[in-house]
Amino acid sequence: MKTILNGTQLAITVDRLCHQLIENHLNFQETVLIGLQPRGIFLSDRIYHKLKQLMPGTHINYGKLDITFYRDDFNKGTALHVPNETDINFSIENKKVVLIDDVLYTGRTIRSALDAMLDFGRPAAVELLVLIDRRFSRQLPIQPDYTGRTIDAFISQKVKVRWQERDGADEVVLVE
Amino acid sequence: MSLSVKHLLGIRDLQRQDIELIFQTADQFKEVLQRPIKKVPTLRDTTIVNLFFENSTRTRISFELAEKRLSADTINFSASGSSVSKGETLIDTVNNILSMKVDMVVMRHSASGAPHFLAKHINVPILNAGDGINEHPTQALLDAFSIRERLGNVEGKKVAICGDIMHSRVALSNIYCLRKLGAEVMVVGPPTLIPKHMAAALGVHVSYNIREALSWCDVANVLRIQLERQNTPLFSSLREYSLAYGINRQLLDSIGKDIVIMHPGPINRGVEINSDVADSGQSIILDQVENGVAVRMAALYLLAGKKTEQQ
Repeated sequence: MKTILNGTQLAITVDRLCHQLIENHLNFQETVLIGLQPRGIFLSDRIYHKLKQLMPGTHINYGKLDITFYRDDFNKGTALHVPNETDINFSIENKKVVLIDDVLYTGRTIRSALDAMLDFGRPAAVELLVLIDRRFSRQLPIQPDYTGRTIDAFISQKVKVRWQERDGADEVVLVE
Repeated sequence: MSLSVKHLLGIRDLQRQDIELIFQTADQFKEVLQRPIKKVPTLRDTTIVNLFFENSTRTRISFELAEKRLSADTINFSASGSSVSKGETLIDTVNNILSMKVDMVVMRHSASGAPHFLAKHINVPILNAGDGINEHPTQALLDAFSIRERLGNVEGKKVAICGDIMHSRVALSNIYCLRKLGAEVMVVGPPTLIPKHMAAALGVHVSYNIREALSWCDVANVLRIQLERQNTPLFSSLREYSLAYGINRQLLDSIGKDIVIMHPGPINRGVEINSDVADSGQSIILDQVENGVAVRMAALYLLAGKKTEQQ
């Protein structure tokens, strides 16, 4: 097991990602944040609360999106996924959408997320923010706009993102 | 996580965690049904045949809508006007349809056990949409789902099932479902319409007095008198039945409790329930219909997923 980010590094990384978002989206009037279920929402919660801290009084539309019903591996012999809650109580029509997930690996989850998102409206633009980008493992032409840390890992290795609120500690590790 | 069964033939075969998984999945499908685009692409490579050997309005439309909301291809078959009238057997009919590369079967039949018989002979998931006087699992699931939605939980709730218990597949499936979820169940109706030994066999209370049952319960699920399944008269007249067991506003007001009223449909207004009750704020009859689509989407999704896991 190898540590990619410890608790301090993860907090600094989240801070940096928030500042990059502010730089590009200013007051967030035309921007919405959408975290991807189930694991992306831990990062998107952090990003959302940090942005509220950095920009007190600013209203930011923040939702959660589940992509279970849009996966491309249903009927392909894989384990059945139990859906999680989708909660988007605002319009994304003509808004800039920032999709947030913890690990970008093959790109298939993001492909599903783009499909799922379009059922809620037609955004003006879509950006992707990820904590970890496994850059040599992509199976689709999908790249992040905001990256916490880019890593090179073998297919046999797994990236585990641990969060204080769920696992008792903040860290990102690479396991064999 | 997946269902413990390959087919959904009845609630009797399900574990409590199966029912809870169906509810958890139906919660998310209910959200899908509130969206501007009420459709997901999940079953776009799945073909489902709806085999209805018996009349149906709600269940058939609900299943068809659920299938379409999941992007499945659907074939609708009804016995009237089919080769069944030429003497074709059930297995031949189904095997011919399956030869056309159908992935799932939704079936309603007037013979109890017909889908169980079919399950022994064909290799695709079967959903029982009602078999004779045996079971109607998706109706029980949507009923319990509606109770959970209105009261927050099914466990510990008291549910009275009122009317023609003898001929009701809805009653039997509801009893299994509610008992598995930890609810208390009372059946109430004329003695001729409640099977003997029911209390001992199924763990339910039995009452022949509608006022007593309504005073006891949190939820009353009111059933239709199924005259089409009765060969001999089991009560004197519909008018007398209505006077003794019909639920009206006066009766509900007199018990001094705000109970939830349910009905699986179709309603015989003025017989088992009056309009001033069926259309009141206490009634969740239309919520049941709405929840039916989400619950059936969940059942179809989980069974289709179960099938692929086994491949």
